[in-house]
Amino acid sequence: MHDSMDHDYHIDIPGTTIFDGKMAMKGYNLNKMCYSFNKADNRDAFKEDPEAYMSEYKLTEAQKEAIRSSNILAMIEEGGNIYYLAKLAGIFKLSVQDVGGLQTGRTTEEFKEYLLSQA
Amino acid sequence: MAKILGGITTSHIPAVGNAIQNELYDDPYWKPFFDGYPKVHAWIKEKKPDVVINIYNDHGLGFFLDQMPTFAIGAANEYKNEDEGWGLPELDAFPGHSELSWHIIESMVADEFDITSCQELPVDHGFVVPMQLFWPGAPHNADMPRAIPISANTVQHPIPTLKRALDFGKALRKGIESFPEDLTVVVLGTGGLSHQLDGERAGFINREFDEYCLNNIAHNPEELTKIGRMELVEKAGAQGTEFLMWMMMRGALGDNVTEITRNYHIPISNTGAGTLLLECA
Repeated sequence: MHDSMDHDYHIDIPGTTIFDGKMAMKGYNLNKMCYSFNKADNRDAFKEDPEAYMSEYKLTEAQKEAIRSSNILAMIEEGGNIYYLAKLAGIFKLSVQDVGGLQTGRTTEEFKEYLLSQA
Repeated sequence: MAKILGGITTSHIPAVGNAIQNELYDDPYWKPFFDGYPKVHAWIKEKKPDVVINIYNDHGLGFFLDQMPTFAIGAANEYKNEDEGWGLPELDAFPGHSELSWHIIESMVADEFDITSCQELPVDHGFVVPMQLFWPGAPHNADMPRAIPISANTVQHPIPTLKRALDFGKALRKGIESFPEDLTVVVLGTGGLSHQLDGERAGFINREFDEYCLNNIAHNPEELTKIGRMELVEKAGAQGTEFLMWMMMRGALGDNVTEITRNYHIPISNTGAGTLLLECA
C-alpha cells in the first residue's frame, strides 16, 4: 500500500537516515527530552535518575533501551536526531569523534584516522 | 542607501569555538585552518561594515521540532547565545539592528518570501563561532558591526532546495539595498562543507564535491542549483546540507563578485572546512 509519508524523491543512501516528518514524529519525545538538556538543571536531573527522567518524557521502551545501552544507531532508528542527541552525548562527555567511532565500530583513534585519511 | 560590500563563508564547528577559547592558533592541527583568516581580518579592518547579516542554521537551541521555521529572521535589538548542553561559554549580547531587520522582513514578504520573524532568538554556535573567527574577541571588538541573524532549517526534511536558497539571497539583497540609510553590510554564509555526524556513514567527507562547490559558487552559482536535495545529502553528507547557507549568502551578492581569499582544509573535527571571501563589484 502506498504510504503518503514516504517520498518519491528520497533516495537510499547507505548508512544515512533521512530525518523527515515520519522520523520527526517517531522521535518527537526522545528529541524533546534531549532538547531539555540545553539547561544544566535538566542535565543534572537526568544524571540523578535517568529512568524517571525518560519516563517523564514518555519515551518508548525501545528508546529507553537504546539510551540504557548507549546504542546511538538504535537511538537514530527510534527517531533521534543527531543535533538533539549531541546534547545527550554532552552529558556523557562524548566528543563527535567518540560518537562517530561508536556508530562505525571504530575506536575514537581509529575514527580520527579515518577522518585524516580523507584529507 | 545600504550597500552590500561582500560575503564571507566559514564552517562553524563547535570545536572551533573551543580552539579559540584555548588560543590554539599555532597548534599543528589547527594552524592550517586558522591560516585562512588573516586576509579576511585585513578586509574587515579596511571595510569596517556597519552591519553583519549572519546566515546560519540553528542546531536545537533557538528552535525545536515543535515549531520549525524554514527561514527565520531575527528582529530584535540584541542577540545572546545560551548553554547548548556541552560547555561553550556564554558571551555578552551582540547588538542587533531591528530597523533594518523589519525593513528586510517587509521587503521579503512583499517579494513573496514568507519568512518567520523572531523578536527573541537565542543564537547558537552556528552564529557565534563565525563572529569570533571574523571579529576576534566578539562581541567586544572595536569594529563589531550590528548583527542580524537569519536561520534556515537543515535539521528536518523537507529542507529548502538550493535554488530556493539562492533566490532567498536575491530577495534579501533587494531588502538590504532598499534600506534608506547609508549603511555598509557584509553577509555571512556559515556551516559546511561536507560532513556527516550520524549513522554508519558518520565521518564521511567529500573533498571532490566541496571543491566543485567552491569552484562554482563565485561565478556560476546557478549551476549549483541543479544539485537535488537528496544528491546534496549523498555528496555533502547528512549535515553537509548546511551548504544551503552559502547559497543564501551568494544570492545576496549580485552577479559580479571577486574572490579575495579561499581556504580549504580536511579534517577539522568531522568536517571539510571551507572559508571564502567574495567582494561585490
